[in-house]
Amino acid sequence: MSWEVVIGLEIHAQLTTKSKIFSGASTEYGAAPNSQACPIDIGMPGMLPVLNQAVIGKSIMLGLALDAEIGKRSVFDRKNYFYPDLPKGYQTSQFELPIVGQGKLEIELEDGTKKVIGVTRAHLEEDAGKSVHGLVPGQTGVDLNRSGTPLLEIVSDPDMSSAKEAVAYAKKMHELVQYLGICDGNMQEGSFRVDSNVSVRRKGEPLGTRAELKNINSFRFIEKAIEFEVERQIELLESGGKVVQETRLYDAETNTTRSMRTKEEANDYRYFPCPDLLPVVITEEDIKAVKDSMPELPEAKRQRFVSEFGLSEYDAVVLTGSRALAEFFETVVALTGSKDAKLCANWVTSGFAAALNRDGLPVEQAPVTAELLAGMIVRIMDNSISGKIAKQVFEAMWKGEGTADSIIEAKGLKQITDSGVIEALVDAVLGDNPSQVEAYKAGQTKMLGYFVGQVMQASGGQANPSQVNQILVAKLSD
Amino acid sequence: MSLGKTEVEYISRLTQIDVQENQIESVAKKLSNILELFAQMEAVDTEEVAPMAHPLDAVQRLRPDAVTEVDQHERLQAIAPAVAEAYYLVPQVIE
Repeated sequence: MSWEVVIGLEIHAQLTTKSKIFSGASTEYGAAPNSQACPIDIGMPGMLPVLNQAVIGKSIMLGLALDAEIGKRSVFDRKNYFYPDLPKGYQTSQFELPIVGQGKLEIELEDGTKKVIGVTRAHLEEDAGKSVHGLVPGQTGVDLNRSGTPLLEIVSDPDMSSAKEAVAYAKKMHELVQYLGICDGNMQEGSFRVDSNVSVRRKGEPLGTRAELKNINSFRFIEKAIEFEVERQIELLESGGKVVQETRLYDAETNTTRSMRTKEEANDYRYFPCPDLLPVVITEEDIKAVKDSMPELPEAKRQRFVSEFGLSEYDAVVLTGSRALAEFFETVVALTGSKDAKLCANWVTSGFAAALNRDGLPVEQAPVTAELLAGMIVRIMDNSISGKIAKQVFEAMWKGEGTADSIIEAKGLKQITDSGVIEALVDAVLGDNPSQVEAYKAGQTKMLGYFVGQVMQASGGQANPSQVNQILVAKLSD
Repeated sequence: MSLGKTEVEYISRLTQIDVQENQIESVAKKLSNILELFAQMEAVDTEEVAPMAHPLDAVQRLRPDAVTEVDQHERLQAIAPAVAEAYYLVPQVIE
């Protein structure tokens, strides 16, 4: 019996604002408990929310990037439920008239095929606080700093049919919100949270009952959790059981999911329009203003990198993987006079990106700035150093030893291009290896590589390799 | 439409409002009266009427994205029933 998997994702992206969605309290992460929770955030009676204008522009931006309908008139509603981290007894959210309507996002799968995933909607809402357990026995501590933090909940259509597709979509959305600069994408701090709705059905049958997997903060675990859940549901159904609609928690240690709470009653949220907030009206001018300020999107950037710089598709994909890396690359190209974008791409994707990875640093915190890297690449381009020496220079720059020029100077790494000096080195090597010279002359021309190696070694790696080659060939054919 | 005991108990649970056994009948009656009022209103043809989000015909004003609030947790927590290490304390919640 063959089963079809149906997955829809709800992604909560925390918007990058300084203050909260309805109050002037700070949204900064990691502050002392309740130090950033003002009377509005803690739900004091009589407090009136006032909407933060920044969340509107950021939402429109996502809507435009998803090719979605923008809600010209959007309304805030109260979603009612009781939980200690929600002091008002309701979450201010959007129900019938969200700010972003139906849109779409194209994903690419591992085998290169593309698939368009529908985005049902994206709506604005406030985050809740956090509960801490174990502070005082028998009681729960509540920190309301997060309460009122602006979230954009992005709801997909149930268009994904495997864990891999779901992760590809989540990653694409993760990349997009960071490109747009509307969310910092930090999954550890909860700025980007993915909830997966998973169900299975026999081919041709109506949708099955879904289970929701919540609070998984890595793409790898999202994939594993969905895979486990799919298997669990299929086994359950094949053995005659029934899937119940519930929220399940993923346990990374055991790679299983377990029931958290059934939703039969919690689902009755009794939404109604929030009387404290008026409808938000968005004009064509508002949309145009956002459109004009939109950064170039990843896909467009990728294509431009191929056409403008002549890069391979692969390099373009790697470089546009994050906006920061792409911008870093373009700065390096510009600073080197735009003469050899391919060389710049090689250095950014290998040396630079590898060092970032090794030290776990974001682009902005790299000890080697675009200026420093460009300074070194210029020295490769004018033959002052070879690519091999450049690696040494790069490591020294990474350790903060100065600019490429000062390192080359201090360590005496300048490439030897004086043919007189190289000839002397070649003569010495040939003189020291008479039998190899004989072999070469007898037809073993692959000996050339050995001689090149010897000369390079004798020069401390600093001789210009192509000159060494030329001179060797000339001398050996005497 | 009139509400019975089961519905009142369900609503009581959702709203976290404790309704005593001996109050159920009168609460059911009161809620039913309200629903009857809605039933009367349903007679109005609203086919062409857009749902109203707010009684005022006005548009939401926006505020600039700036931090204007300062830390006042000590003052705010002075009226909290229980506090520890700047956390509000509530009866234990277990998921």
